[in-house]
Amino acid sequence: MELLLQQVMAGLATGAIYACMALSVVMIYQAIDHLNFAQGEMAMFSTFIAWQAMAWGLPYWLAFIISVVLSFIGGVLIERVLFRPIHNAPVLSNLVAFIALFSILNSSAGYIWDFTIKEFPTPFGTKPLFGRGLIDAHEAGMIGVTLVLLGLLYVFFRGTRLGLAMRAAAANPESARLVGIRVGWMTALGWGMAAAIGAVAGMLIAPVVFLEPNMMLGVLLYGFAGAVLGGLASPGGAVAGGFAVGIIENLAGTFIPYVGRELKLTIALILIVAVLMIRPSGIFGRRVVSRV
Amino acid sequence: MTVQSEETVAVPTAVMVTADVSGRRVTTRHVVIAATIAIALVIPWITKSFVMFQLTQVMIYGLAILGLNLLTGFNGQFSLGHSAFYGIGAYTAAILMHQFGLGYVLTLPTAGAVCFVVGFLFGLPALRLQGLYLALATFALAIAMPQILKFHPLETLTGGVQGLVIDQPDPPSFLPVDSDQWLYYFTLIVILVMFWAASNLVRSRTGRAIMAIRDHPIASAAMGVNGALYKSLTFGVSALYTGVAGALGALAIAFVAPDSFNFLLSVSFLVGLVIGGVGSIPGCLFGGLFVLYVPNIAESISTGLAGAIYGVILLVVIFVMPAGAAGFVRFAVAFLGRRRPARNTTAPNTTRNAN
Amino acid sequence: MMLEVDGLDAFYGQNQALYRVAFRVDEGQVRTLLGANGAGKTTVLRSLCGMVRTGGDIRFGGKRISGWATEDIVRLGVAHVPEGRGTFLRMTVEENLQLGAMTRRDRAGITADIERLYGNFPRLKERRTQQAGTLSGGEQQMLAVGRALMLRPRLLLLDEPSFGLAPLIVEELFAILRRINAETGVAMLIVEQNAALALELAEHAYLLETGRIVMDAPAAVIGADESIRRSYLGY
Repeated sequence: MELLLQQVMAGLATGAIYACMALSVVMIYQAIDHLNFAQGEMAMFSTFIAWQAMAWGLPYWLAFIISVVLSFIGGVLIERVLFRPIHNAPVLSNLVAFIALFSILNSSAGYIWDFTIKEFPTPFGTKPLFGRGLIDAHEAGMIGVTLVLLGLLYVFFRGTRLGLAMRAAAANPESARLVGIRVGWMTALGWGMAAAIGAVAGMLIAPVVFLEPNMMLGVLLYGFAGAVLGGLASPGGAVAGGFAVGIIENLAGTFIPYVGRELKLTIALILIVAVLMIRPSGIFGRRVVSRV
Repeated sequence: MTVQSEETVAVPTAVMVTADVSGRRVTTRHVVIAATIAIALVIPWITKSFVMFQLTQVMIYGLAILGLNLLTGFNGQFSLGHSAFYGIGAYTAAILMHQFGLGYVLTLPTAGAVCFVVGFLFGLPALRLQGLYLALATFALAIAMPQILKFHPLETLTGGVQGLVIDQPDPPSFLPVDSDQWLYYFTLIVILVMFWAASNLVRSRTGRAIMAIRDHPIASAAMGVNGALYKSLTFGVSALYTGVAGALGALAIAFVAPDSFNFLLSVSFLVGLVIGGVGSIPGCLFGGLFVLYVPNIAESISTGLAGAIYGVILLVVIFVMPAGAAGFVRFAVAFLGRRRPARNTTAPNTTRNAN
Repeated sequence: MMLEVDGLDAFYGQNQALYRVAFRVDEGQVRTLLGANGAGKTTVLRSLCGMVRTGGDIRFGGKRISGWATEDIVRLGVAHVPEGRGTFLRMTVEENLQLGAMTRRDRAGITADIERLYGNFPRLKERRTQQAGTLSGGEQQMLAVGRALMLRPRLLLLDEPSFGLAPLIVEELFAILRRINAETGVAMLIVEQNAALALELAEHAYLLETGRIVMDAPAAVIGADESIRRSYLGY
């Protein structure tokens, strides 16, 4: 029983990472109606920017803010320069554009900063909380920041006019134009916000998984899984999904025989797919009723 | 997220009557195909053996991409897991040859059959999943495959991490070709047969049903098309094609190892599909060409930034040819067709319904 | 003159759908565009909103709006209830209405307008927190009209408002439209296949046939001419 509790707590801790990523994924999905497969690489690149700022002598908080702001601008630019010109192209062509972006970011980061593992500081410190090594300060900090972000996003999307406009632009661009919404700007704004959230996620995750160009690969996969599990319509669902994935992954690794590190991802994915079979639009996903 | 291509017909539809041969109409398409086959037949005599080997691989990738095309391009079901079927095909061939001494020719239909069953079985529960959720499920399959192949209890069969070594096929004694050339011709024959079969399938009633499901799932169900059956069958056929390609790949490289059948391979297939043109059968070969050569080109430009250059090339290609090579050819043909008012010229119909 | 259209051509790709279409709508007027399926009626409305490639001249309030982006045209006070209604299906009724007012800044005015709209469409008020996709066809049509009115438009474009609706609902809808025109003075251009109903509401009618205007006359004149009614309007 003690082992179970320990593993659940550990799962929550790693789950916070995935929840962060999942939030970023759903955020951009709500804005652009696509999954951004390069989200992890964008977050990784943002984290490297912060690292570089600190390497040049800037304090953590300044580096953090610079990274978030530059990421926002970068996200907007990527949308305007890269994705806007091809938005009429078929879905799969857009997908290949994401793959291209992924490749460019990963390769460039490796070229500029090389592949050696670097340490990334945490503003929360690493003191274990509750004494018994169940969870430390940074992990608690991750969970806390994720929940705060979630709260802010919820208020933004549900409670503000701009949030409503962004949702409308993503859901039905033509109708959005007919009410006067500048859909192009909304999409760009969505990308900027997603990039900024990704930057935050990256900077929270890096102290745990250590900074290197491939650090986000596994995290992104789990983040997607969490987002899909939670039902892509709902940021709250994404966060819950992310935590769930963390727990599932840890429990699977501990309690199912033959499962080494590599098979953990497979098992986690299989379990998630099993859940989706029972509830095809995710746990918190709302079934969209549309008349034929 | 549903997948739709611009047209429901897979091949370029511009037709110009050029000559009448023994009462049958010979179209430009026929001429092009005949010329391509003729060139393909003499390739081993006019190129270096290394280039010939690469073209063999291009054909194999093209076949694998065709498998993905049947599922995604024609039936609208998204798959990130075709590397798994490729791997199953490859390992089926390798295991049959290595452990059971089966002749190489028979490994192809066997690999195809195994993959068909696996694909069909996978397609059944996948019916409940749409778009992104199906993508996730197929993605899980792709991730799982290398792990399954390395799975400790299966090691005696699969050779574990080290994989299996097999012999390259020997050419038949009555042909004056060496083993590499025979591999090329053997692959060519298989490709021709399977591409021809796919082309016929797409144009048949079954093919139209499959495409109808992609474009209007609800309407086609209302018209009595058994969506579930067709979708699972398409999964099976798609897996069959990619599996046969995998078997050919194993024969070509004479070696199988678990880590080569990973998610990145699935991504390559997807990239090849899009670059070639979703829903275009000849486009698959162009896609195979692209995914074989372009990464190498990128690496030769700069080893450190190979990935970045590859990405940039991809973007440029997408910008210039958003509907892939096939789409570009269609556009070019239409553009040229408009300038000369030839008899019986039909331009491809991509206009929406006006009201 | 509020809306002036002259020599309007419209194209879908290579195909020309409208040929030198010309008409007028002035403040407070209700005019209708009639014609068979495929005549180009929807294309006319889409052209007015910048959703189709056009040639020719479109002027709204004296400004030339040919080639303008849809959202900019809307901000001049043109509200379009499109074919298929264009409802935000995943959002609630209330959110749909608020979206209609997206370009306005006056909080109090928006709230007052929503309440007034619920007065005109009581069924919507019952369903204000429901997902719009779950509403019936008639209710969705009312919601679409309501959303358009939230803009406080000068010109309301309606594309086949009667489409797919039961006759009783259609009558109710058209009665509401008449009342709104009387109360607020918003001009309307209604595209309709149900000519009888449209001619009752409108004061002037245009008849479109394969992309060309073939008739331009007061509604009463067209309605009274039996041969026209029989050959073009089917009743």
